Amino acid sequence: MNLHEFQSKELFLNAGIPILKGAVAASAVKAKSIAEQLGGDTWVIKAQVHAGGRGKAGGVKITNNIDEVESIASSMLGSRLITKQTDQNGLPIDCVYVECGTEIRSEFYLSLLIDRAKESWTFIASSEGGMDIEVVADETPNKILKYTVNPIDGLSEAELSHMATELGFMNETTIEFIDITTKLFLLAKKTDANLIEINPLIIDTTNHLIALDSKITIDSNALFRQEVLTHYKDPNQENALEVKATNNDLSYVSLDGDIACMVNGAGLAMATMDLIKLHGGEPANFLDVGGGATTERVKVAFEIIMENPNVKGILINIFGGIVRCDVIASGITEALKESKIDIPIVVRLEGTNVDLAKDMLAEAGAQIIPADDLTDAAIKIVTSVKGS
Amino acid sequence: MSVLVNASSKIICQGITGSQGTFHTEQCIEYGTQIVGGVTPGRGGQEHLGVPVFNSVIEAKENIEFEVSMIFVPPKFATDAIMAAIEAEVELIVCITEGIPVQDMIEIKASLKNSSSVLLGPNCPGIITPDESKIGIMPGFIHQKGSIGIISRSGTLTYEAVHQTTKYGLGQSTCIGIGGDPIKGLNFIDCLELFESDTETQGIVLVGEIGGSDEEKAAEYIKEHVTKPVVAYIAGVSAPPGKRMGHAGAIVTGKEGTADSKYEALQEAGVHTVESPALIGEKMKSVLS
Repeated sequence: MNLHEFQSKELFLNAGIPILKGAVAASAVKAKSIAEQLGGDTWVIKAQVHAGGRGKAGGVKITNNIDEVESIASSMLGSRLITKQTDQNGLPIDCVYVECGTEIRSEFYLSLLIDRAKESWTFIASSEGGMDIEVVADETPNKILKYTVNPIDGLSEAELSHMATELGFMNETTIEFIDITTKLFLLAKKTDANLIEINPLIIDTTNHLIALDSKITIDSNALFRQEVLTHYKDPNQENALEVKATNNDLSYVSLDGDIACMVNGAGLAMATMDLIKLHGGEPANFLDVGGGATTERVKVAFEIIMENPNVKGILINIFGGIVRCDVIASGITEALKESKIDIPIVVRLEGTNVDLAKDMLAEAGAQIIPADDLTDAAIKIVTSVKGS
Repeated sequence: MSVLVNASSKIICQGITGSQGTFHTEQCIEYGTQIVGGVTPGRGGQEHLGVPVFNSVIEAKENIEFEVSMIFVPPKFATDAIMAAIEAEVELIVCITEGIPVQDMIEIKASLKNSSSVLLGPNCPGIITPDESKIGIMPGFIHQKGSIGIISRSGTLTYEAVHQTTKYGLGQSTCIGIGGDPIKGLNFIDCLELFESDTETQGIVLVGEIGGSDEEKAAEYIKEHVTKPVVAYIAGVSAPPGKRMGHAGAIVTGKEGTADSKYEALQEAGVHTVESPALIGEKMKSVLS
């Protein structure tokens, strides 16, 4: 689960990680009144969307004119921001973060993430702040510093101090760096964060470290014990169909193609997409209906699939393990009765009572095309969609 | 021979009285697995599915003999369940539960470093040695005793590989579902090592998917240490970057974890890769003949 910058900064503030003064606004008038309260002579207005690359996309604006705060906020709010990390539709700007401006002496990169290869937490830092860190890692890998925390011994101040030295920090700044990284670590553990990223972390003209931006991702598996953070969820930043699927315990990812898939199991669902592509088609989605493909789940799955206007055909691929194929077939039949689906549906079933299931499906509707195996299914759906 | 489990393996189920635990333990018993007991806190002293229930793994250990624990406990309690099994020095812990927070897995892995226990999973279908012992949620009937060792990050894709190797008359020595989480117990390399030294296993099927670099590491290991033929399929060639594809671990982050990179590493290591999961069995058959 991704958090907005203003939510992440709220967590930073509570954790004692230095940030600039700021507040969130859902209206232009409110944005201006925040700027007035903040005082000073420079304000930064930042679009709150779940995507990086906001600056280059026009989602971060600086002004010295307080009236402009209102007009900038007004032009951002209600529009959609398209960055290199979003799709071509971009993400809606429902609120902006208004922050005091500051003079920057130098910029750095700092993040803390769950490192799956090392099976622990890893800090990543770089003197190349404010840049796309993947580009830095690609072009100048020597400028990327890493420190993996030993999960048994915990955080090592010596390692953090070493990292500070490598970044070129001295005395007081090193102390501040150790303080910030230690607090980041505690915050990550407390909130079940998979990733906390500060880009850039800056040194201001008074030689203090400040987190200028903040990005936090929370482990969705841990939401059962992070009840407070679940209020930070912003469904407007997510694909509506994906939200609907999640609410129905289905796993769905929207894609650009025209052949929808309904599969049991995440691996087989991915493999089904791959097969469609391999045989010249384009998958419209990833959809895992789970182990117990009951009538209810299949119905909702059909609903979600059909809400995507690009869909021209459906491939149902179920490896009936412990669930019998005839039970799945009756689910499909029931679901088809209620929905008016007239596009081709190729069905591949494997497992117990597969023959009975095939007979049931043959009577369920003229648009159903039975398939014998994986390859046959992929070829049949691609051919039917191309022919239509 | 087989790896990790065989007909003489004795198994308990943590969470045996829950609906999932009950259903799947029953299926395991029906398959012929030696389920000798169960654990549900507060239900100790009762009998369920014909076996005694204990309040804790330690209590079970004091009363009956077993080497394996199969865990069907909701994610909220699964971390404690695994930790309890580690403390009780259970040899093999098979955790089926999906949805354990990844930070808990860091702690679990740290605990495993100082213990004799081996963890399989979480978020996995389990392990089966056909005709001997089924520990998990896989459909038993598709398996056939034979010579192929299967290692997979995905449940239903394992069934595909099993189904095909059965169809081609090869059968399976043991099938290990290592699970779809980013941080997990046994990994490809551990299982490759087991199958390489197992006399019954003549070929190995490796089913990977996008995310992380475990397949790349497996490729390096195969190059150096595996003499038996390996057939591999990687799911997710068509998956977009930055999107989690169902499994917690199935996500391409930046340039890391793509199917292309995994295929390249495996091919470089001399692995027989297939671009369609429908070709796993056929490929293995032709490699072995």
